[in-house]
Amino acid sequence: MREIRTEQIVQAVRDLFIDANCNLGEDVLAAFDRAIETDESPVAREVLRELKENARIARDEQSPLCQDTGLAVLFVEVGQDVHVTGGDLKEALNEGVRRGYGEGYLRKSACHPFTRANTRDNTPAVIHFDIVPGERMRIVAVPKGGGAENMSRVDMLSPSAGLEGIKDFVVKRIEASGSNPCPPTVVGVGIGGTFERSAILAKKALTRRIGQRNADPELAGVEADVLSRINRLGIGPMGYGGNTTSLDVFFEVEPCHIASLPVAVNVQCHAMRHKETIL
Amino acid sequence: MAEIKLKTPLTDQDVEKLEIGDRVLLTGVVYTARDAAHKRLSDLIEAGRELPVDIRGQVIYYVGPAPARPGKPIGSAGPTTSYRMDAYAPKLMELGLKGMIGKGNRGANVIEAMRKFKAVYFGATGGAGALLARSIRKAETVAYEDLGPEAIQRLEVDDFPVVVINDTKGNDLYVEGANKYRR
Repeated sequence: MREIRTEQIVQAVRDLFIDANCNLGEDVLAAFDRAIETDESPVAREVLRELKENARIARDEQSPLCQDTGLAVLFVEVGQDVHVTGGDLKEALNEGVRRGYGEGYLRKSACHPFTRANTRDNTPAVIHFDIVPGERMRIVAVPKGGGAENMSRVDMLSPSAGLEGIKDFVVKRIEASGSNPCPPTVVGVGIGGTFERSAILAKKALTRRIGQRNADPELAGVEADVLSRINRLGIGPMGYGGNTTSLDVFFEVEPCHIASLPVAVNVQCHAMRHKETIL
Repeated sequence: MAEIKLKTPLTDQDVEKLEIGDRVLLTGVVYTARDAAHKRLSDLIEAGRELPVDIRGQVIYYVGPAPARPGKPIGSAGPTTSYRMDAYAPKLMELGLKGMIGKGNRGANVIEAMRKFKAVYFGATGGAGALLARSIRKAETVAYEDLGPEAIQRLEVDDFPVVVINDTKGNDLYVEGANKYRR
């Protein structure tokens, strides 16, 4: 049994959200560079250069890349031999969000669904817990912007739709999203499990690094195929036209019911923000 | 593709000469308003009451900025997705609104209203909030402070970079751009 104090958790979550919002990953910056080399549209290349410049300014000033600093999504893997001391784990995670969004000058975007009254501190966080072997705690912070999230969908396909039906659903979703989710996007696809499980898998897929293919060679091929189809849609960066509509596509697959084929598409804008730490 | 400098407020003549794909640098005052502020403005119009700002000739920027760090006029301030304001935008254009800044596709009703009332829709680079904030010199809340990031702010901008997405002739850069590069 290993003890982790809630103060460590609060500090870690605070730091992760500030870091994720101000420092774009090297994988995303490298993807911008590749797209600047390959996109045929001069306007697209100009937009991509702006995005690089924006990331540089954000890093230099430690200001958020985008004013939409997201709802605070957390994936927390708790080792079964961890003992949390000093308070309530869930409250510690929310306190970390409160401090990060307050002290980091991040926008508070959480509101009541009906009255639209802002909660003023960006809590509650959306927390996905998992219990894993060991005595560590892995925390992944994913600030998720609203514009791209709004373009996401879950559908319960008929099993007869098969893999081709899944691919068509993903490509059509990105086509229908058009310029709305701030392309070039990253597309998380969750397949299997139940209705809600597919959506969580899609979200989790977005915590991969750009270029990180699925370990299953068949699925890796499917990811590459869907990415290539999406980039032939012509939408391009910001929807102004071009060959870079998405930077990557990630599939996560689990078994499902014999009657079902749940498919979730979680759309992520080019500000693909996620940072993690292990306590 | 032209690069045009424009000063706000805008006239019919200013917007009529704009074409899709034109890069425009806006200087002057623009007002922020997004979902909740639009709902309140719309409720006032329905009730036949005066709006907190005279929108004739004005430009509305769909943005909910991040908080300003000490010594800065504003935090990150890029556009939010515009279609959520589609239900309200035609009424505002009827009252004299000349420009909207946002990102993402507009509905047919909005594109038609731009033609009818002589207004344009500008795109700013979504997600480039840190870069765009550099063109904002001053920000002050003028209405609905209780809405937090959704309050209406009066921004003074200097060469704020935008692209014309929909002009006064019913054209759409998103449609033309995608058609050109579709394979």
